[in-house]
Amino acid sequence: MSKKRILTTSMGDQTLRLLTLLMAVSVLVLMAWMGWQMFDAARPSIQKFGLSFITNRVWDPVKEQFGALPFIYGTLVTSLLALLLAAPIGLGVAIFLNEMAESKFRAVVGFLVEMLAAIPSVVYGLWGIFVLAPWLRETVEPGLAKWLGFIPLFQGTPVGFGMLAGGLILAVMILPTIAAISREVMAAVPNMQREAALALGATKWEMIRVAVLPYAKSGIMGGIMLGLGRALGETMAVTMVIGNRPDILPSLFAPAYSMAAVIANEFTEATYDLYLSALVEIGLILFGITLVLNFFARLLVWSVARGPKGGNVV
Amino acid sequence: MGQTLSVRQLEAWYGSNKTLKGINMEVASNHVTAIIGPSGCGKSTFVRCINRMHETMPGTKVKGEIILDGKSIYDQDPVALRKMVGMVFQKPNPFPSMSIYENVVAGVRLNGMRNKQNLQGIAEKSLRMAALWDEVKDRLNYSGMSLSGGQQQRLCIARALAVEPSVLLMDEPASALDPIATTHIEELVRQLKEDYTILIVTHNMQQAARIADSTAFFLNGELVEHGATSEIFTNPNDKRTEDYITGRFG
Repeated sequence: MSKKRILTTSMGDQTLRLLTLLMAVSVLVLMAWMGWQMFDAARPSIQKFGLSFITNRVWDPVKEQFGALPFIYGTLVTSLLALLLAAPIGLGVAIFLNEMAESKFRAVVGFLVEMLAAIPSVVYGLWGIFVLAPWLRETVEPGLAKWLGFIPLFQGTPVGFGMLAGGLILAVMILPTIAAISREVMAAVPNMQREAALALGATKWEMIRVAVLPYAKSGIMGGIMLGLGRALGETMAVTMVIGNRPDILPSLFAPAYSMAAVIANEFTEATYDLYLSALVEIGLILFGITLVLNFFARLLVWSVARGPKGGNVV
Repeated sequence: MGQTLSVRQLEAWYGSNKTLKGINMEVASNHVTAIIGPSGCGKSTFVRCINRMHETMPGTKVKGEIILDGKSIYDQDPVALRKMVGMVFQKPNPFPSMSIYENVVAGVRLNGMRNKQNLQGIAEKSLRMAALWDEVKDRLNYSGMSLSGGQQQRLCIARALAVEPSVLLMDEPASALDPIATTHIEELVRQLKEDYTILIVTHNMQQAARIADSTAFFLNGELVEHGATSEIFTNPNDKRTEDYITGRFG
């Protein structure tokens, strides 16, 4: 048996180690404690409804009927829609700013894009109510219904307030996250890689495709996932435009509800214990969905970043 | 077949800093021409002008003329030019997300070649020319990053050769490698001049003496002397060349 080697004898380093360890552990403890508290508070609802809480589509506090499916549906659809819109645009912004734009223009536009992230979500919500929703109702939704009305997603009365508005406003809100992170990881691609592609006779686009994007892809995916996380949890702006009706309708024009929105809206009205407990359970499910999606996102990042055998993860 | 290059009154700038001050030089085909000189003398800028890589950096400027195979390179699309003028860089830079095989055929694929059999043929031929085939033939689908530094550099040479250029520019290709890997690269350069015109930048004078047919000595953005390697090293015309090769500065 070899003796355990001494890493350090410095008191300062040992104190630092202990102190930082304490801070790291406190985050884990806090998370576990919150999870337990939520589970505990949701227990009456979990015991009463069991799994049917997730599959039931009826939310009727008056009759003490609680099903979370409409909220899960609303949250997932609006977040997915936001991701589908914001990911390509965010990536496009990043490519333009990093690879195409003049350096002065890059600084100005880059700053403005990042400013989008600084706007409070309630301001986005107001903009959604007064600008986005009327515009959707009068211009976009009738147009979509006319040209793409054969798809169930684009059928029904143009209301303005609904999943389309929720998805769009989320897209605007997560765009700067995706653009800024993509831009940073693309800026970290060594110039050597770009020159390698150019020297082979690559055009600018080919250089981006062959040298820049593959090198940056795991970071870009990370940025998209961070955007998704923000979309799933966003409350205020979505509440203000989604229509707040617990229904599952195929049309994107139809009003819907999201998990975060129902918690915020009904928490103060929850007049009896089961009602309150059902709301907490929705919070618990949102917590769970975020964890599960992040887990799969990590898996996805890991599997695309692995590359060919024997290589390092890039 | 390699092609001749003639450079006339070439001037180049980085911002306001003039790094080449009117270079006139003829480069013979199927020869190895070494470019030597102290750091900052403009030797890298010079070869980077030949495939117009210099201009891709922001704030750079070029004046003068470079004639390749009778045509000015400035009358051509740089993308097309770079298919005729390949380049190997100082540090090996394989694409990390690609396998060895994909790295070799990356340039050919950019040119639109999709036929798998042809691509495999090109990969084998290029890897053989780069003297790497025997070492990697059983693991072509491994990452290019799994190779040693010297192997990576030969992979980059294979990648440049696969596009079938007529001129090969090498910017200190062995400076990041150990002596054995350097020997490999030098042997390779000697063989490649059968088919290519080679310009090699080096800060290592012994290396220039070992592999180059002719040598050009650059100093402060000017071409001081260009001639047969044996002449330059034994009987230089210019006092500054003599001082540099005898190690009095640089």
